[in-house]
Amino acid sequence: MEILVCVKRVPDTAENEFELNAEGNDLDRDDLVYSVNEWDNYAVEEAIRIVDNLGGSITVVTVGDDEAEEVLRREMAMGANNGVLLSDDAFEGSDGRGIATLLKAEVETGNYDLILTGAQADEGAGQVGGMLAAMLDYPYASLVNKIEPGEGKIKVGREIEGGNQEMNEIELPCVLSIQTGINEPRYVGIRGIRKVAGVEIPVKGAGDLGVDAGSVGEAGAKTKRVDYFVPDPGDGAEMLDGDTDEIIEKLIEKLKAKGGL
Amino acid sequence: MTRIFAYVPFKNGVTDDVALEYPDAAKKIDAGASLTAVVTGHGADLDNVADALTKTYSEVIKIDNEALAYPNAEIVRKALTHVIPADAIVLVPHDTFGMDLAPGLSIKLDSAYAADVVDFEGMDGATLKLIRQELGGAVSTHVTCDAASGAVITIRPGTFAPADEEGASGTVVDKSGEAGDLSAKRTFLEVVEAEVGDVDITKSDVLVSIGRGIEDEDNIEMAQDLADAMGGVVACSRPIVDAKWLEKSRQVGTSGQTVKPKIYMAMGISGSFQHMGGIKGNPFIVAVNKNPKAPIFQVADVGIVEDILDFMPELQEAIEDL
Ligand SMILES: Cc1cc2nc3c(=O)[nH]c(=O)nc-3n(C[C@H](O)[C@H](O)[C@H](O)COP(=O)(O)OP(=O)(O)OC[C@H]3O[C@@H](n4cnc5c(N)ncnc54)[C@H](O)[C@@H]3O)c2cc1C
Ligand SMILES: Cc1cc2nc3c(=O)[nH]c(=O)nc-3n(C[C@H](O)[C@H](O)[C@H](O)COP(=O)(O)OP(=O)(O)OC[C@H]3O[C@@H](n4cnc5c(N)ncnc54)[C@H](O)[C@@H]3O)c2cc1C
Repeated sequence: MEILVCVKRVPDTAENEFELNAEGNDLDRDDLVYSVNEWDNYAVEEAIRIVDNLGGSITVVTVGDDEAEEVLRREMAMGANNGVLLSDDAFEGSDGRGIATLLKAEVETGNYDLILTGAQADEGAGQVGGMLAAMLDYPYASLVNKIEPGEGKIKVGREIEGGNQEMNEIELPCVLSIQTGINEPRYVGIRGIRKVAGVEIPVKGAGDLGVDAGSVGEAGAKTKRVDYFVPDPGDGAEMLDGDTDEIIEKLIEKLKAKGGL
Repeated sequence: MTRIFAYVPFKNGVTDDVALEYPDAAKKIDAGASLTAVVTGHGADLDNVADALTKTYSEVIKIDNEALAYPNAEIVRKALTHVIPADAIVLVPHDTFGMDLAPGLSIKLDSAYAADVVDFEGMDGATLKLIRQELGGAVSTHVTCDAASGAVITIRPGTFAPADEEGASGTVVDKSGEAGDLSAKRTFLEVVEAEVGDVDITKSDVLVSIGRGIEDEDNIEMAQDLADAMGGVVACSRPIVDAKWLEKSRQVGTSGQTVKPKIYMAMGISGSFQHMGGIKGNPFIVAVNKNPKAPIFQVADVGIVEDILDFMPELQEAIEDL
């Protein structure tokens, strides 16, 4: 099976406290720690397992700037065979549709049976996979937590409300968005990253992809992010302060009052 | 005039709660807009649901076809693209069905797309202004959406005020004949129910719920000890189940259990809406998190900025000393 996995470089929510910049219109991105989107690691792991069983190869692709190359290398250290970076000034400010348009162009340069994305990324939209499938006229299943490969068709489980699983049969080629928990992604050590440090990663721009620059980037975006803000914590939690003993004393009073002790 | 079409899912003849939340969302988009409910399905269930919706909506479109008996997103999408005008605003819930349907629908309708919207700030000409969250709720963003050639929007379930008026006496419009070709490359087979675990977290009044902040499988014992001291049980967020540290039946959230405890102790949990969506009945929520900006502090009753690995044993001791 020829598999394409789409991956995104995102700020790591576990490693960062998010602050706004001085203008208050964007995150203060200077000191942010980035990593590969959590969901995408599950997608790459799943691709590796399929190829281990059935043969084939895995390509990882991302739309981003020069720094996005590091996530491709990480996924190649995991076991992906090839990486492709889609990068061009004209891609900046793309909305989900713009990203999907670029990925579609890349899909059409290859001969992929299966295209995997994460179920969602840092922006919580979960949009790129479904858009890409619709643009390609491929069938799509979101939130996939089980894949049983077969000939020309595969069986997939979708995680639905309450943790129930909806089983479907889907024709190849198709696009699947992968939900966490489908597998346990392997650990990538420094040595693995070093091994792929020298591998050439092709960079493709609008011209290489044959994409009209006006259909992507800010020019093509129908949705635009105006600014970031942090909601007023005014009606949020009552914060208990003091040293730990004082906090515990106050907490126990409250728990008693609420019938919790 | 803005035309809004709200897709209403239903199961076993009962409409999704979002059916009552759409009118508030629609009013915030454009108070002068027309609002039409759209339901797809097959047979008596569909007819009943369509009739019931006329109490809330002045117009209800129904599309009846055997192929729509189970809501396969690919087939629903095909039906909707034939029935909904291309310049309309389409509302869909941001749940596992909406995530399956809506992105592709926006492409086929050639409309703008905005996902998991939590609030609207109205239309400015053809530009819709809305609010959504990023980074698991840590930050919010204002977004503009060019709706001149339509927009598909998923709204966060439970965020808009449910309508209580049952005042409308709308009409059902049958558009089954316009649904077009409903063949699909994806076929629904069956639903496999989630496994039942050893511990039933839905029965406990006190839940000590751990998230990724527990850091290591060995630390779960601390939470168990605290839960024992409080007479409660240990529950968790999704990453703990993904890591296979606890069984799935302990997971609280939209893709896990719905719980109704009296006390919910959220330990090292950031407060994503999928997690909070599983907590009902307005319990007393205590959040302990080492990040003072963790989004859970916006929804908890009491917040404590501490390292849970230090805090849990100390709290346990203090409770045992009572
Ligand atoms: C500086 C900056 C400015 C931006 N401005 C805007 C703007 O004005 N309007 C707007 O709508 N958006 C804007 N974006 C958002 C950006 O274009 C998003 O990447 C896009 O919306 C898709 O990401 P998502 O998180 O919504 O993906 P989701 O759909 O949630 O991600 C699901 C999956 O899609 C795949 N995927 C997502 N993104 C990529 C990618 N880049 N490369 C490869 N695969 C990917 C991954 O497999 C991922 O797991 C901006 C981003 C940045 C950094
Ligand atoms: C379709 C779908 C369904 C989902 N369903 C669910 C669901 O049912 N249930 C669910 O939980 N999630 C669900 N999720 C995942 C959800 O989006 C979040 O990713 C998840 O809830 C995050 O879990 P968390 O809060 O434990 O981890 P994180 O978001 O990583 O938060 C960890 C928190 O711990 C804090 N912390 C770290 N170390 C410490 C320490 N030592 N002491 C104190 N605090 C510490 C950090 O500051 C952070 O706030 C779903 C996602 C999708 C896409």
